[in-house]
Amino acid sequence: MQLDRIAQSLLLKEFISGFVLTMKYFFKPKATLNYPFEMGHRGPRFRGEHALRRYPNGEERCIACKLCEAICPAQAITIEAGPRRNDGTRRTTRYDIDMVKCIYCGMCQEACPVDAIVEGPNLEFSVETREELYYDKAKLLDNGERWEREIARNLAKTAPYR
Amino acid sequence: MAKIIVDGVEVDVPVEYTLLQAAEAAGAEIPRFCYHERLSIAGNCRMCLVEVKGAPKPVASCAWGVRDCRPGPNGEPPEISTKSPTVKKAREGVMEFLLINHPLDCPICDQGGQCDLQDQAMAYGVDTSRYHENKRAVADKYLGPLVRTSMNRCIHCTRCVRFTAEVAGVPDLGALWRGEDMEITSYLERALGSELQANVADLCPVGALTHKPESFHFRPWELTKTDSVDVMDAVGSAIRVDSRGREVMRILPRVNEAVNEEWITDKTRQIVDGLRLQRLDRPFVRENGRLRPATWQEAFATIASRVKGTDPKRVGAIVGDLAAVEEMYALKLLMESLGVTNIDARQDGSLLSPVYGRGSYIFNSTIAGIEDADAILTVGSNPRIEASLVNVRIRKRWRMAPPPIGMIGEHADLTYPYDYLGAGPETLAELAAGRHSFIEKLRAAERPLVIVGQGALSRPDGLAVLSAAAQLARDVGAVKDGWNGFSVLQTAASRVGALDLGLVPGEWGLNAQTMAQGEVDVLFNLGADEIDIAPGAFVIYQGTHGDRGAHRADVILPAATYTEKSGTYVNTEGRVQLANRAAFAPGEAREDWAILRALSDVLGHRLPFDSLNALRAKLYSHYPHFAAIDTIQPADGFAAIQALANIGGTLGREAFASPVKDFYLTNPIARASGVMAECSALARSLKLEAAE
Repeated sequence: MQLDRIAQSLLLKEFISGFVLTMKYFFKPKATLNYPFEMGHRGPRFRGEHALRRYPNGEERCIACKLCEAICPAQAITIEAGPRRNDGTRRTTRYDIDMVKCIYCGMCQEACPVDAIVEGPNLEFSVETREELYYDKAKLLDNGERWEREIARNLAKTAPYR
Repeated sequence: MAKIIVDGVEVDVPVEYTLLQAAEAAGAEIPRFCYHERLSIAGNCRMCLVEVKGAPKPVASCAWGVRDCRPGPNGEPPEISTKSPTVKKAREGVMEFLLINHPLDCPICDQGGQCDLQDQAMAYGVDTSRYHENKRAVADKYLGPLVRTSMNRCIHCTRCVRFTAEVAGVPDLGALWRGEDMEITSYLERALGSELQANVADLCPVGALTHKPESFHFRPWELTKTDSVDVMDAVGSAIRVDSRGREVMRILPRVNEAVNEEWITDKTRQIVDGLRLQRLDRPFVRENGRLRPATWQEAFATIASRVKGTDPKRVGAIVGDLAAVEEMYALKLLMESLGVTNIDARQDGSLLSPVYGRGSYIFNSTIAGIEDADAILTVGSNPRIEASLVNVRIRKRWRMAPPPIGMIGEHADLTYPYDYLGAGPETLAELAAGRHSFIEKLRAAERPLVIVGQGALSRPDGLAVLSAAAQLARDVGAVKDGWNGFSVLQTAASRVGALDLGLVPGEWGLNAQTMAQGEVDVLFNLGADEIDIAPGAFVIYQGTHGDRGAHRADVILPAATYTEKSGTYVNTEGRVQLANRAAFAPGEAREDWAILRALSDVLGHRLPFDSLNALRAKLYSHYPHFAAIDTIQPADGFAAIQALANIGGTLGREAFASPVKDFYLTNPIARASGVMAECSALARSLKLEAAE
């Protein structure tokens, strides 16, 4: 009995088994991500930064129905509307989202009858001042153009379940 | 009374009731689109189907009378059902047919959130569509600057057609073709020619007709609603002011059976943009001939330095047409404390005065009382433009059974036929002397009504005309027990309140015209914009808009409009009504009574109240009738008419002319409004076209 233990400690068995475990994990694929340079998987229903979309012909989708403003539980959306000057159609003259108030619940995109306001896949929009988080229409439309490919792909993926 | 069983509940209703009214009396809700209490019955939407026991199929309850129902075999009362499976199925069928051609554009429709079709489709419709064919497409029609059309949405209820034909009395709207192809149209793509046209958009149960000036600007659920009264004319229509944040977004009618039923004029409704344009938002002081922005302290100091060195006999005050009782009372107290007797609220030169009794300047018969009159004579008044809703009542009376209606004054299209008696005072004298055939009709009438307008009174011989009209009214028996048919039609919202307060020149006091011609050195102008003030006097203008009064002012004190303050207004009937605050005045503008209170402090005669409630308590202790909101203090008609008849005087020769030259531009708010300017230009061009 005692001989057994002496042999084990002399042969460094515990050390070697520990070292083997270390080496096993050393050569396994990593569970962590090197975040700024790597991104994890985000599902097609991921609710990130908001964007206002346009139709493929460049026409903005939003028709100022104000359903998103009405549904917003945090009252983060402010819309002012009126007839557009050149053709008299119903458009927003102001579309503001207070990203600080927003709770990213996704009700706005569910309420939208024309898929204009969406929560895109982007989550990297941290800024240094509070004011930068008060998004206006130009910023949201710009987001829409920037993320249109991903947004369209995600919408297509979720379409069968809506 | 007839008995009828509605859903197992037996009710007793008048025999002339329809099944729909009977069902409502029993507490059952019936959906409807075409039926409207104040319009004739059309019975074309079929949404109000109910099941009548014994009838082979559902019947339209709006067009089926209680007396048309047969009793049961043993004499039981007729039985109807509003909740049976048959009725449910029938309603679902009707709704499905209505939605076949109705576009699914609720998100871009202004009616969204206040739409009868939307609500009833949720309540009575089915959740899917079986219709896969093309929907009907109809070209939009042009109906003028106030009503936007989107005719794809029309469900052919014809409420708009019935309103224009029956209530507004203009044949401008109609329907072409039939069945699915039916189109509501003005026939020639012309604007509607009625001053009540915007009501059709209220009546429209869907979004086919919406209000053009406010289109797309708001959703009904965003608005804060405030009950108030209108000040555009002296009718005092009940309105609801809807505001968002600091801004008034729209004005809607409120039901008041005694005054406006549920209609309002276009001016009342579409004045909204005038409330934010051309506003005075800070005090101004004139220096070297130019107005410059100033602080309240500077403005008050300038006023105090001028008033202190001036003899009270050379100080005057004129009150405008939109002032509320509170500020007029404050002004009166201030002027009394300064020893000023030159005070006048009649900037149009009318000579009505409280000395002849309250019955001498109010609409004694009341507006609802017009429906009881059986002969009507208007003197020097065009009620259609001076008080459109009074004209609507006369037309309603005429539609019940045409009474003899006579008119002395300018020729006008009043929307109902009348006997044109003459243009001026001679005709009135002839009539009073019994030399005119129309007098027989007035004498024969049980309850004759004589309406005297401002066109007959705002002239040098106004008192003589009033006296002649009073003599006539007395002779034909217009004033008797239970009926006072001598009615003065005012045009200014503030006038009756001002006369109740006694805002007329005191002993040796000057009237508004004389003051404006330069007989005073310091003139306090409380929102009087319809009067030209001669150069010379130092004018303090307290008002809301950069209009005529502000241009001629030496000091401008910015004040609040009727939507921005709580104020008491007395309408032409003498009905005391309360306007409530829906928004706040812009910039440094303040409520009128508060300005006068602050000014009184600077002038060294502090007014004895610090709050609106204290002001009202004092006002009510002096004039208790102002405390009785929504009621009319009865006037002594006999004494008033006797006093008026005794004035006598010589009648002039000049024809009567209505004081309202342009219906759409009668006050500073309306003149600031772009929509009103557009309506006015259009009305002028329609008039020219008609003259060709």
